[in-house]
Amino acid sequence: MIEVSLARPADRVHDVCRRYAPDRENLIPALQEVQETEGFLSPEAVDAVAGYFRLSPNNVYGVATFYAQFRYRPPGRHCLKICQGTACHVQGSGVLLDAAQRTLGIRSGETTVDGDFGLEELACLGSCALAPAVVLDGVVHARQTPKKLNTLLEKARS
Amino acid sequence: MNLFAIRERARAAWAAFALPGHPRILVGAATCGRAAGAMEVKEALAAALGEHGLTDSVPVFEVGCNGLCYAEPLVEVTGRDNRRVLYRNVDARIAARLVESHLVQGEPFMKRALCVVEGNPLEGLPKWAELPMIRPQERIVTRNLGFIDPGEMLHYVNRGGYTGLERALALGPKGTVEEVTRSGLRGRGGAGFPTGLKWGFARKTPTEPKYVICNADEGDPGAFMDRSVLEGDPHAMLEGLLIAGYAVGATVGYIYIRSEYPLAVARLAQAIEDLRAYGLVGENILGSGFAFEIKIKKGAGAFVCGEETALMASIEGHRGMPRAKPPFPAVSGLFAKPTNINNVETLAAVSAILERGADWYTGFGTEKSRGTKTFSLAGQIRRTGLIEVPMGIPLRTIIEDIGGGVDRDKACKAVQTGGPSGGCIPGHLLDLPVDYEHLAEAGSIMGSGGMVVMDEDTCMVKVARYFLSFTEAESCGKCVPCRMGTQHLLRLLDTILAGEAAPGTLEQLRGICETMKCASLCGLGQTAPNPVLTTLRYFEDEYSHYLAGEVRRYRIEAESCEGCRACAIACPTGAITGDRKRPHIIDQEACILCGVCLQSCRYNAVSFVFEEKAAR
Repeated sequence: MIEVSLARPADRVHDVCRRYAPDRENLIPALQEVQETEGFLSPEAVDAVAGYFRLSPNNVYGVATFYAQFRYRPPGRHCLKICQGTACHVQGSGVLLDAAQRTLGIRSGETTVDGDFGLEELACLGSCALAPAVVLDGVVHARQTPKKLNTLLEKARS
Repeated sequence: MNLFAIRERARAAWAAFALPGHPRILVGAATCGRAAGAMEVKEALAAALGEHGLTDSVPVFEVGCNGLCYAEPLVEVTGRDNRRVLYRNVDARIAARLVESHLVQGEPFMKRALCVVEGNPLEGLPKWAELPMIRPQERIVTRNLGFIDPGEMLHYVNRGGYTGLERALALGPKGTVEEVTRSGLRGRGGAGFPTGLKWGFARKTPTEPKYVICNADEGDPGAFMDRSVLEGDPHAMLEGLLIAGYAVGATVGYIYIRSEYPLAVARLAQAIEDLRAYGLVGENILGSGFAFEIKIKKGAGAFVCGEETALMASIEGHRGMPRAKPPFPAVSGLFAKPTNINNVETLAAVSAILERGADWYTGFGTEKSRGTKTFSLAGQIRRTGLIEVPMGIPLRTIIEDIGGGVDRDKACKAVQTGGPSGGCIPGHLLDLPVDYEHLAEAGSIMGSGGMVVMDEDTCMVKVARYFLSFTEAESCGKCVPCRMGTQHLLRLLDTILAGEAAPGTLEQLRGICETMKCASLCGLGQTAPNPVLTTLRYFEDEYSHYLAGEVRRYRIEAESCEGCRACAIACPTGAITGDRKRPHIIDQEACILCGVCLQSCRYNAVSFVFEEKAAR
C-alpha cells in the first residue's frame, strides 16, 4: 500500500531526489525510488526529477520509457504479475494470463475500473522450477492453475 | 581486522551453527522455496517448537537453495544424534509432525524423508551424495548452497571463504591473472570468452581509474542460476569480484542486478555491509594497500542490458542501448574507462579457483571447456532444480539421471538451452556432450545455463514463435536488422501457424535469419534467429504440415476416453462437453489451444494432431 502524504507531489519527489547526488549515474535509481514512493511516474514527478538532474523532461522520459519497470498511470491497489518465462510458458502460463484477463475484465497492462487490480506480464521471475508462477503484491505463488489463481484474487479482494 | 582474527570468529560462529549434540532446523528459503510456502512452514515449525517447549533449544535457520527445487519446500532436521535428515514437500501440517516425530520422539518422519545429509545411515534412506539427482554433479560454484546461512559472512569464511582473496593478494595482480588464465575458465555468461585473457586486456590498459562489473542481469527466461547463487551464497561472487578488481587494478566494482530479484538484492546489500565491517572493502584491504568499493545498481527491466555495452550505458543513466565494438570495454568501457565485466557464475568460480588452485580446477571438464557449469533444469521434467555438472557430461545424464526423465513418461522432443539466444536440441541428440563446442555444432549455445525440457506434445513452431515474441519485444530498436528482422520473423511465424503461409516462406525465414546473424549490432540480434534456425533444422516437418494448409488441434480419442470429466473441468473456456462415463468432445470453435486438457488427462486420450484446416 502506498501512503500518500499531504505534501505536493513535486515536493515529495524532490525530497527523494535529494538523497542522490545530481549526477546522471543516479537518474535511474532516483526514478526507481520515486516510483516506489509515488506508485507511478506522474508528469509532475518527471518534471521534478528533470529539474533536479538538470535534464529536460524529454530526456528523462527518453530514459524511463526504455525500461519496462516504469509506469505512467496509477497502479491498482493490488498488483498481479504473471510470469511469461520459458518454463512457465511450457507449463501453461498463457492460460493463466487468459484466465486473469477474463476474471478481472482487463487486458495485461491495464487496471480495473474500480482500481482494485492491476495486471502485468513479467519476463522471467527465476522461479522456473516451480512453474507456472505469479506474483501478487510482491509475494510469489508457485505451481498455479486458473482455479488457484482465482482463489488468490478472491482472497485479495476481500 | 586481519583474516586470522576473522577466522577465529568464524570458527565460533560455525560452532554455534553446527554444535554437536544440539538439534537444529534448516529451512530452504530462497525465492523458489518461499514461493512454494517456506515461510509458512517456518512459522509452523516455530509454533510446533513452542508447543513442545523447544523454542530455546532448537534454533531455526534460513538457508539458500540446495538445488532440489522439485521437492520444495525443503526442511533439514538435525536431532541430538547429529544425524541430518532432509525432508521434501513440507507444508504447515507436515512441519508439526516433523517436530513431534523427529525431535520429540527421536524418530525421523520417514514418509517425507528424502535423504540423510550427514551422520549415521538410516535403513531405506539414501545418503545425500547417493541421490540420483546429486550423484553426477560436481558442486564448485554452488558449493555452499543450502549448507550455510547466506546472511552470515562468517559461515562462508569458515568454509574456506576469502582464502582465495588472501592468495590473490600474495600472488600479486599479474600472478592472479596468470592463475585464472591457467585454470582455463571461460565466461559463464554465454559467449565463453577466456576469463584470464579478458582480465589481462583490462590490466594492461594504462588509463585510470578502472572498473569491474558483475553482470547479474540474468534476463534469459528459464534461467535462475545466478539468482540462486546470490540468494544462497552471495560471498562466493563477492570474493570473485574483489579478486577481479585487484587483478585488473580497479577501484570500484559495480553489481548490475535485475530488480525482479529483491531477495538477492537484499542479501547482497547485507553482505557488502558485512565486508565493510570486517575491512574487506574500503581502504587498505587486509593490509595490502588494495582499496576497493562495491556499488549495487538495480536494472529496470530491459533484457538487452545483459549485453555488456548496453549494461554500461544503463549504469551511466542512459537508455540501455548497445554500441559497436571496438573499442572493447577493456579499453574504453564504463564512463569511457577500462572496464572488466564478468557474470555471477564466472566470479563465483574465480573465488574457488584462487582458493584451491588452477591445477585443481583443470581436473574438471574437457580440454577446451574446463570446470563445471550450472544449469537451471525446468520444463516438462520430473526433477526440476539447480544443478552443477562437469563440462562434457552427456545431455542424457542430465535429463535422465539428474532430472529423472520427462514428466509423465513422455518422450523428450527437445531440450532448449541458452534461452532466446539458444536453440532446441532434438531428443535424438541426447548423447551430445554438454560443452561450448558441441552445443555450438548442434546450432545452440551454452548460454547462461537455462535448460528447458519439452515433451513430445510440444509444437516446435510455437516454441520458435514464443522466443521471437520475446526478442521482438526486447529488441532495443537501434539497428535495423534486429528491429525489423525480429518483427518480420514473428509475422511470418504467425502466418505459418495460422496455416496461411505462402510457398517459399521457409526460404524467406532462412534469409532473414542469415541477415540478422551477420548484420545485427549486438548479441541479441545476432542470436535471436537461433530458435528459428534450430527448429527449422531439426523439425522442418512440423513447419511443412502448416505450409501444407494443416493446423494443429486437440482431439479426444473416443476409445481411450473414460468420461472422467477431468478435462472438461480444467478447460478454461468450457469447450469440452460430454456426459460422465461417455467420451467427451472438444468444440474447436471455442478451443483456445491452451493444452490444459492434454495435461489433465490421466488416460492419454487427448492428442495434439495435425489435420486439414477445413475439418472442424
